[in-house]
This record gives sequence, structure tokens and C-alpha cells, in this order.
Amino acid sequence: MTDIAPTDAVYVPPAEVEDTELHDPQSFITKYIWSQDHKVIAIQYSVTALAIGMVALVLSWLIRLQLGFPETFSFIDEAAYYQFVTMHGMIMVIYLLTALFLGGFGNYLIPLMVGARDMVFPYLNMVSFWVYLLAVLVLVASFFAPGGPTGAGWTLYPPQSILSGTPGQESGIVLMLVSLVIFIVAFTMGGLNYVTTALQGRTRGMTLMRLPLSVWGIVIASILGLLAFPALFVGAIMMLFDKVLGTSFFMPTIFELGEQLEYGGGSPLLFQHLFWFFGHPEVYIVALPAFGIVSDLLATHARKSIFGYRMMVWAILAIGGLSFIVWAHHMFVSGMNPYFGFFFATTTLIIAVPTAIKVYNWVLTLWQGDIHLTLPMLFSIGFIVTFVNGGITGLFLGNVVVDVPLSDTMFVVAHFHMVMGVAPIMVVFGAIYHWYPLITGRMLDETLGKFHFWVTFLGAYLIYFPMHYLGFIGVPRRYYELGETGFIPESAASLNAFITVAALVVGFSQLVFLYNLLHSLFKGRISEQNPWKSASLEWQTPQKPPVHGNWGPSLPVVYRWAYEYSPPGTGRDYVPQNLPPDQVDAPHTSGPLPSGAGPLGTGQVAGTMEAEK
Amino acid sequence: MVLALILILVALGSVLFHFLSPWWWTPIASNWNYIDDTIIITFWITGTVFVAVILFMAYCVMKFRHKEGQRANYEPENKKLEWWLTGLTTIGVIGMLAPGLFVWNQYVSVPEDADVVEVMGQQWQWSYRYPGADGKLGTSDTRLIDSDNPFGVNPNDPNGQDDILVQGDDLHLPVDRPVKMLLRSVDVLHDFYVPHFRAKMDLVPGMVTYFWLTPTRTGAFDILCAELCGTGHHVMRGIVVVDDSGAFDEWISEQSTFAELAARARDKKENLADNRPGNEPLGSEKPGNRQTEKISLILDEDNWKPIR
Repeated sequence: MTDIAPTDAVYVPPAEVEDTELHDPQSFITKYIWSQDHKVIAIQYSVTALAIGMVALVLSWLIRLQLGFPETFSFIDEAAYYQFVTMHGMIMVIYLLTALFLGGFGNYLIPLMVGARDMVFPYLNMVSFWVYLLAVLVLVASFFAPGGPTGAGWTLYPPQSILSGTPGQESGIVLMLVSLVIFIVAFTMGGLNYVTTALQGRTRGMTLMRLPLSVWGIVIASILGLLAFPALFVGAIMMLFDKVLGTSFFMPTIFELGEQLEYGGGSPLLFQHLFWFFGHPEVYIVALPAFGIVSDLLATHARKSIFGYRMMVWAILAIGGLSFIVWAHHMFVSGMNPYFGFFFATTTLIIAVPTAIKVYNWVLTLWQGDIHLTLPMLFSIGFIVTFVNGGITGLFLGNVVVDVPLSDTMFVVAHFHMVMGVAPIMVVFGAIYHWYPLITGRMLDETLGKFHFWVTFLGAYLIYFPMHYLGFIGVPRRYYELGETGFIPESAASLNAFITVAALVVGFSQLVFLYNLLHSLFKGRISEQNPWKSASLEWQTPQKPPVHGNWGPSLPVVYRWAYEYSPPGTGRDYVPQNLPPDQVDAPHTSGPLPSGAGPLGTGQVAGTMEAEK
Repeated sequence: MVLALILILVALGSVLFHFLSPWWWTPIASNWNYIDDTIIITFWITGTVFVAVILFMAYCVMKFRHKEGQRANYEPENKKLEWWLTGLTTIGVIGMLAPGLFVWNQYVSVPEDADVVEVMGQQWQWSYRYPGADGKLGTSDTRLIDSDNPFGVNPNDPNGQDDILVQGDDLHLPVDRPVKMLLRSVDVLHDFYVPHFRAKMDLVPGMVTYFWLTPTRTGAFDILCAELCGTGHHVMRGIVVVDDSGAFDEWISEQSTFAELAARARDKKENLADNRPGNEPLGSEKPGNRQTEKISLILDEDNWKPIR
């Protein structure tokens, strides 16, 4: 159970195993290239994910240019458009978001937050990055292969994904499937590390219920991935066989474009079930780490413990478990047995309850807090707004009969971008502004950051909120152009043009962010040791940025949970997890808070002991 | 302060946008107004929560913004509040799910007296088949499709002889009569979507899927394919014309049956002195039709071949 009073006598279990012998690299290559250090691997994952993410961002601009200004850009023809749409989606969901949250944040934060020196399988961890990089390279190769990349939509539905009439037939689809298979191998290696380290690598005193929610989010997401990715793996292999060997796992009798094909007996719906059995947990693999991280950002920057920590943990577990029994809400109009609709609509709306609890707890953390409007806090608030919006439109789509007119329209596109694109990306940015000082020893520029926040938050809202209404009119998704209809008003075209302009502006502000990332690496203000006065363990290493081995000669010992902010009965503003109980009330200095308040949150000089309300 | 104001603007702006923008669903032309009603209920429940959460956040950001001497309250949890919120949320969820499932039950229960019409989808056009005088559709098989039998109707099934085949033309439905749309694809996934009808369903090769509706007013409405089916997905369009029963009967009497079309095809073959290459583009019975031209364009190698 959570220990609430900082002065409780605390039982600290004795060490059960010896300290880890870490691989001790000597050369530049072994320290920074073939590195087994989780922090280096995290940076490698993050840089790769952000780089391929930039490609997907540019693809999104091309998509919007075509949608906003049809018949203007002759180099974007139908085939190219569907290729852009497909690759944009696949890269963003799998190669950016999943890799960044788990491979990037998971790798950096988990060992530090649990008090370990590194992951429990460091060599496997290193291999997982290079296999991920190989998956990215195979994906990029499909852009240059004969026929170009696949244009089947990120969902890759058969039969069309492997038939003529869809771009990428010569080799694009094969390279895509091979790349996914390689990614899943990488992810499995990584996932095993994250879960095992969180279960077995925790330092003395770090019970499960003292873990920060970032760890809970990332670890449960990893478990989801280990259980869900196999469904995509087998679906991809079966589709590869259908394409390359001429089997008919997913291919029924087909008469296509004037020709009877050699397939027969297969089921396109089988692929959809396999894909979405993976695909729905996948969106929670992206969302749960975001949920966990934003809880930590809110608590730290509001100087208040996350409200309802225990319920937050249970909610993460419930959402994770329920995520395996909602998948066919992506298939309500697929032609599957209609009675499934009753079941999946019910489970989908049930999953709204633990999710709503998390939203209430986030805002209740702000209630009676001491809110510092730092960039991580701003992005966290941006997350709450966009996540509530995106989650709510999910309730429309999950209610099976409401999904009937709305599925495959721009309403769905707006929903998933808001809830999976905008909201988790807000957390990514907030997390980078928050942990950049730990990773690099410098602060990101605040003015550029504020520009980045406001343009991204308001701009993304202006892009996706009106887009829902295009869906209400009946504008379908994955349309190269709308052309003439008897009922869609001219103003819809103006709205499309507006959304495109907004998208380009938001895109530009990401370039400003990239500049900030790189420039601050060399010219950023040197940060103090714990600039946000965070209580969790990753900020308590003897050296910051943390060095190889993280903790120096001896591992930390943990006495309390990760959210001891503004505790009553002491004058302290926060109590780090590893501060021994007898030192909680000792005189101390901890430097000025970013907003200029004194170390005790009261403007008092360090060394005085008066507790103030 | 600025942040709080902007949050309030976002919440209220969204509500205003909803009521004032010109972009709203197209006026319904079928019996599925219950779907629209369920959407309205959902808007009220979720809209209230959305506005409440954001306004509450704006208040917190204003009132509890860091100031000199301020200290946060220490309240790790409040079981009573959390259970209340859970309970209220559950009630809200039930409030949306119950009507939704009620209407879904109607959606999956086809009336016994419904007419039957088959929609056949292929890259990238719609074709239609009516059961004809005997009220029964003949069996069909994708393997039977060729240029003489574009629908793949089984020539040995007597029920199929009087089936009325419509290609390269509009779908016609009689007003105020429930109709079960049988959906059949011969190549890839498609989806028969008429926004005015609200109802839709995917076409899956190898299966026959369905949905039902009752058209409630006359007019001509767009058919849009709503499941990605290749590079011609966005031009796989059609028109459904809802007629009053007199006009419908007249229209259907002018259409050709499977038997008539098969006879015509046989005659054409017998009257030819030299052989024509087979597999003319589908829909070529009515040359000059706008859709046919569009389709030929798409079948043209240069237009749909992916870029290198």
C-alpha cells in the first residue's frame, strides 16, 4: 500500500542478490555505437524514431496538400496519394510512437526509475535496437523499390493489398510485411527487457506500489505488446505466403479487372480479426505510456501527489486487460456476424469507465495544487484537453449503430488523430521538455518552447476538431479527391483548405522544436541538478546526466512512493524516494525553484524549519 | 490567466462551432433517424463532460497557479469521491449504450416483408440485380463471370432467368418499402454507403453481406464506396434514385433480364463473321455513359500504374 506519512518507520528488505556486474565499455564504438547502456540505446531509438517520424510528417503535408488543393499538384497522383497515406500511417503508429514510447522512454526511464544499473538483459537490449533499425531500413527501401511502397492503407487489408489495382504490387507490400516481421522481433526483445527489469530489477524498498506511473504505463504496454504483436506477426506471414507462394489464407474466389485469379477459399475477414486483435491493444501500447508519463508530469509540476494513485494503477491494468476484448469495434461494418456488434460495443463502452477515472484523477491533481506553468505542465494540460476530446469521439464510434454512418469517414480520421496523434504527442513533447535537463544537463529554450506549445496545441485542435464535421456530412476517408457530389457543400472544400494551412503551420512549428533540441544541446542554459524538484528516483543519481552504472558504488534504497510532494508535517516541498526517514526534517538546501519560489515553497531561506500551510 | 482564458475559449468555441457551423449531416432519406437520435443523446452526455472537465481545469489553473507562499494540498486519494465519479460515469455510459444497442437490434433484424435487391461491387463500379417476377434471386458464383455473364448468374438455376440486371445505370428503389440490400463483391473489399440512408455495410468477396432500410422520401442520392479498394476507390460512385411506386414499376419494366441479356450475347456471337477479342470492359452495354468512360480511364495502364 502507499506509504503516506514520510516519517513512518519503514521496513526495508535486505538485498537478495549481489549487485550487477555491468559490461564496461572502453572505446568510443563500444560506448556510443555498439552500446549496451540503456541510456545510449534509448537515445538511439529516439533519434531513429524521430527521424523516420519526420518522413511521415512530410508525407502528411503531401496528403494535406492534395486534400486541401485538389487538382493543383500534378506530382501527387492517385497511386502516390494512397502510398503517402499508407506509409504515413504505418510509420507514425509503429515506427514512431511505439518505438519512441517503449524503445525511447522505456529504455531511458525504467532502470533509473526502479533503481537498477541497467536493463536485466543489456546485450539483448542492444541487439533490439539494431534489429529495429534494420526494420526501419527495410521500410525505407520500399520507397525505392520497383513500383514504390504499398498503397493499401496502414491496415493492409487483403485481398486488395496484394492485388493489382493497389500500388506497391511488385515489391512494396512484400518489403512492408518483412519490415513489420523484423520490427516485431525487435520489439519482443525490448519488451522482455522492460517487463523483466521492472519485475526483477527493482532496488531495495522499491515495491510495485511505489513505482511511478510512467513505469506502470510502459510496462503494462510492453506486456500488451508481447501478447498482441504475435497476431500481427502471423497475419503478416500468412499474407506474405498468399503474395509470394500463392496460398489463399485470406483470398477467396476473385474475378479482378477482367481475370479469374488462381486464389480461392480464403477469408478476408480472418485477416481483419488478426490485425485488429493486435491493432486495438496497439493503440493502448501507445496510450498507456502516455497516461503514465503525464501523471508524473502533472504531479511534479503541480507539486502535488497524483490523485488516486492506487486507482490509477488499477485503471491501467483494467484498460490493458479490457483492450484485448474490444478489437472488433474496428469491424462493425466489416460484414462479420452482426451479433458480435452487441458484445464489442458493450466492452468498448465499458473500457470508457477506467479511462474516465484517469481523466478525473488528472484534473483532481491540479485541484488545490501549486501549479507551475512550465512547458511540461502546459503540454500536460494540452494532453488532457485533446485526449478528452478524442476519447469522447471514440464513444460515438464504439456505440455500434452510431458507427454505421460514421465509419470510414473523416470522423474516424479526426478521432484517431486527436486521441492517438495529438494527445500522446503532447505527452512526448512535455516529457522531452521535462527530461531533457536530466539527459543532457541543459534546459531547452523556453521562448521557443512556448511558441512550439501554443502553435501545436491550438493548431492541432483547429485541424482535427472541424474534421469531425466533414465526417458527419459523409465525406469518406482515403479519398484521393472528393470531386462532384450532389450533397456535399462547396464550403467543405474551403474547410479542407483551411485544415491544410493549419497543418502546414503546425508542421513548421515542429521544425522550430527540432532546432530547439539541437541548439540547446550546445547553447542551452546549464540546468541545476534537479530543476523540477522531482521526487522520483531517476533524478536522484549522484551524477547528472547519469553515467554508466547510474548509481555509483551502491544502489539506492527506497523508503516511500514517488509522489511525496508538499507533505504535511514538514517544511519540505518534496521528499525524494530514497531520502532516509531520519533526514526528512533535517535542514537542507535545494536551490531555487524555476519560478523563483524558495526551497520550502514559502520564500523562506534554507535552513529554517518552520512548516507552513 | 491567459491559459485559463484560452481553455475556456476552446470549450465554448467548440460548442459554438457545433451549433453554428454549416457542416452537419445531410438530411436523412431513410427510416434510420433513430441513429441520428442516438448521436444527439451521445452529444449531450459527452458534450457536458467535455465542457465540465475543461472549465474545471481552467478554474484550477486560475485559482491554484503558483504564487509566493502557496503550498499544494496533500490529498493522495479520496475513495468516496472516486467511487461517486465512477458511478456517475457508468450511468452516463449506460445512457449512451442502451439506446444504441436498442437501435442496433433493429438494424440486424430485417423485416419479413422486405424486398430484396443485390448490389454487386467490383473495381470500380456498382451493378445491381433484382429478383424479377418470381421474387427470388438466382444463385451466382464468381467463377461463372465472363464477358457474356458479367454477374456470374448460374444459368442452370431457373430462379435466375428473370433476374433483372442493371449495369452502368442508377439503382432504383421504391419509396416507403423496406428493402434488404444483399451485397456481393467479386474482387476486393468495398462498402456501399449512401450518406442520406445512414446505413451501410462492407462488401466482402467470398461472402454475401447485407443491411436493410426503408427509403422515406423520393430523390436521387449519391453512392460512395467506403472501403479502400485500390486507386479507383474515390471514383467508385453511383446514384440511387428513390421513386414512388408508379415510377419504379415503370422503370423496372424497361430493364433487361438475365435471360434476355444472355440471348443477346448469344446472338451477337452467332452473327459475327470474325472473332472479337473477349473481355470487353464491363459496363460497355451503354457506351457513352459517364461512369463507363471513367472506368476505362482507370483501367488504362498509365493512369493507375504506381509511380516509380
